[in-house]
Amino acid sequence: MFARPLGRIALGLALWAAAAPPARALDSLPAITVFAAASLSESFQALGAAFEAKAHGHVTFSFGASSLLVTQLQQGAPADVIATADETTLAKAGDLIGAPRTFARNRLAIAVEKGNPKTVQGLADLARPGLAVVLAAEQVPVGKYGKEALAKAGVTVTPRSLEPDVKAVLNKVALGEADAGIVYATDVTAAQGKVDGVEIPAAQNVSANYPIAVVKKSQSAEAAQAFADFVLSPEGRTVLARYGFAAP
Amino acid sequence: MSRAPRLLLVPALVAAGLIGVPLVALVVRAPWPELSRALAGDEARNALGLSLVCSLSATALSLVFGVPLAWLLARVDFPGRRLLRALVTLPMVLPPVVGGVALLLAFGRRGLLGGALGALGIQLPFTTAGAVLAETFVALPFLVVAAEAGFRQIDPRFEEAAAVLGAKPGFALRRVTLPLAAPALRAGAALCWARALGEFGATITFAGSFPGRTQTLPLAVYLALEHDPDAAIALSLVLLVVSVAALVALRDRWLGA
Repeated sequence: MFARPLGRIALGLALWAAAAPPARALDSLPAITVFAAASLSESFQALGAAFEAKAHGHVTFSFGASSLLVTQLQQGAPADVIATADETTLAKAGDLIGAPRTFARNRLAIAVEKGNPKTVQGLADLARPGLAVVLAAEQVPVGKYGKEALAKAGVTVTPRSLEPDVKAVLNKVALGEADAGIVYATDVTAAQGKVDGVEIPAAQNVSANYPIAVVKKSQSAEAAQAFADFVLSPEGRTVLARYGFAAP
Repeated sequence: MSRAPRLLLVPALVAAGLIGVPLVALVVRAPWPELSRALAGDEARNALGLSLVCSLSATALSLVFGVPLAWLLARVDFPGRRLLRALVTLPMVLPPVVGGVALLLAFGRRGLLGGALGALGIQLPFTTAGAVLAETFVALPFLVVAAEAGFRQIDPRFEEAAAVLGAKPGFALRRVTLPLAAPALRAGAALCWARALGEFGATITFAGSFPGRTQTLPLAVYLALEHDPDAAIALSLVLLVVSVAALVALRDRWLGA
């Protein structure tokens, strides 16, 4: 009964997918896979497009929690370059990677619902009873940074949920399920008006250093090195600055 | 028993290996000496306890609401029955994350029913009740499908005979229909429970992840993988053992033949 429409739907989907530009063009340029922290999703997409426009090679991204990416690398996932949101997490990759270089700095901000209806003004407000706060799990960099910032501010928060990465925190606020969440300042920019950001003063804030490294086992070591160099180049810095990242 | 032709034997072994090898790997690579340490932690015990509470609650809800629905689908001819059946089984093929988003859009603070629930002081996201709801959403169809098939297998003449002999509908249901459908209901409940126990996507999307409240075993496995892979393997083993136990409980129905 369902077989015919199902077949047609499958065929339609296949045609639709086939009409998309090929993931890897049929030229001789090298193709690399870049593992990058979830907070780099938007800026690295832009960097990748600029890198490809210069015909240096093709880039495929896998974005996720830094800690998850390092675990995947340790389990043999085929990455050529890895960029994380903190140095200690990347250090766990040990001798799988070349020397890490810091390419950007980030800081934390409080993401609140658009228009800030609960008038959150700082970290101290997050302890307010009845305010639904969502944090990232301590195991991921932004969760660790957030814990540091709350400790500096002397605030104890009872979060409703500990999310697996920073974008999950952002989405809970954007969907209106949470009143506030601690994210990177760049995530507020990247959310393009779906949430509002509340600044955290420098004295309570942390400096998140983003390191990048080439994976030693890379099959396209040259292109991998070229991508890392591009991220660190003045042009790469300009792109990162556009998304709110500070120079290291 | 017939001898298997080679043509079938090779792909059959590939299929068995595809499922068997990863499960064997889990057992082989398990950090046996550290297993007790990984499982003794509060994190693991909390997650296991919460998983049991949530999955059993989801199964109970599925029985209470799913069995009547299955009976309706099996016995009453009403307009839109096929549509309803398709709708109810949809979560079986829907990616669970999509289910989680749909639940948020329905029962979240800004969801369709969120305002009404909020007015009643009911909050589902980020609560254990929310985790139960997410698991029920995903697991209920397994019970409904099994129970409906069970009801359909019952010869309606038994029920008619009960009616002729003066049994009221409720009495006939209790003493004739349900006992006859019991094996199917048991199998459906076990499947439903196993699915609820393993539920990940809808739960983390709708209910979030907080130890002791919404962080069930599969969520704990996912998070542990990031910082303590040994603990993740240990927790995975627990889930594997529980799943095997569920299969053993069902063996008469599926494995005994």
